[in-house]
Amino acid sequence: MALLFANNNSLSEITELPSGISGGALNLISTQTASASASLEFSLDDSYDSYIFKFYNIHPATNSVQLTFNLSTDGGSNYNVTKTSTFFRAYHNEDDAGAGLTYDTSGDLAQSTGYQWLTRISSSDNDHASSGYLHLYNPSSTTFVKHFIARFGETHHLDRAHDIFVAGYGNTSSPITNIKFQFSSGNIDDGIIKMYGVS
Amino acid sequence: MALVKHNNNSISDLTSAGQLAQGKMTLISSQTASGSASIEFTSGIDSTYPIYRFEWINIHPSASGQDFQFNMSTDSGSNYNVTKTTTYFTAHHNESGSYSNLAYASGEDLAQSTGNQTLQYYTHTDNDNSCSGFMYLYNPSSTTFVKHFMSNSNASVVDGVPYSNNSFSAGYGNTTSSIDAVKFVMSSGNIDSGTIKLYGIKGD
Repeated sequence: MALLFANNNSLSEITELPSGISGGALNLISTQTASASASLEFSLDDSYDSYIFKFYNIHPATNSVQLTFNLSTDGGSNYNVTKTSTFFRAYHNEDDAGAGLTYDTSGDLAQSTGYQWLTRISSSDNDHASSGYLHLYNPSSTTFVKHFIARFGETHHLDRAHDIFVAGYGNTSSPITNIKFQFSSGNIDDGIIKMYGVS
Repeated sequence: MALVKHNNNSISDLTSAGQLAQGKMTLISSQTASGSASIEFTSGIDSTYPIYRFEWINIHPSASGQDFQFNMSTDSGSNYNVTKTTTYFTAHHNESGSYSNLAYASGEDLAQSTGNQTLQYYTHTDNDNSCSGFMYLYNPSSTTFVKHFMSNSNASVVDGVPYSNNSFSAGYGNTTSSIDAVKFVMSSGNIDSGTIKLYGIKGD
């Protein structure tokens, strides 16, 4: 084993904290960076009873598309879990011409295996992107449906701020093994998704 | 001082991180319901953190049609009766797709009431039904300000056509006394099962 040396009052090459020191309850599991990616996929297990995904500047290759997700119970072979969900948003135009709070039936699902919207009409303008979070509860449960709660800030293609609220459940008592993010059309041009386990 | 030795690329026997960066969210305690009348957090809510976060996971009631609620205490849990003024709104969508709405629910808010605040309206007992969500409680140890809280919870509900219910509650405990305990209950009956976790969150 190589000797490890203190380095300017830090310790180099250390990969594990001692048990007496908490690393915090939000444990980073993986980070994926899109680069003209068709989708980004993550694996889940029973290590944690809830998972949080954080999205940073998700930028589509195609204009006027939705960032979406789906769930898998078979290791990612199929992303087709039945879902029922709600979708509503607050919005305000840059020219102050419109603002409001409204339920949006185009973004919800009723026992559908299709992809769930997380954004509404994302813009591919160079400086436009979406950021937010998705909280997925107890995906490994074999008893309960799988709740999710998300909130996103989106720059709409009509130069409008969107504050988007999404929640629902994967209507299955099978464990969720994988989650996939993709745009409704075109690639994820750029952006970062981080997956955390909450201990 | 005893020597601290490297152990398989970990550092053994250290009990403090000193100036090492740790996570900003720290688990303080976790409680699991099992036919419980309530779940109370009577320790760990103090001036250590400016923000506290509660997470509830798969809260399942023993009786149908009951609300999942909370209250706060300023006397270590002897009384849960802090005066509160709050808001509550929800989004619904049923599994047939025949009904959806976004609405303020005036029956679930409080106006200077010491009663329990609803976090999730109308939970049901079907085996696979539950609610999961979170609540932030800000600066509970302040002796200057009222005590703000914000929550978001989702429930699967089987009552006629099953539906998803996304609930938002926020408001403040209208007291300048320190909050030192929080209790979660169903509006009637027990919390049949589920887990509630208390986290402390550091500021920057």
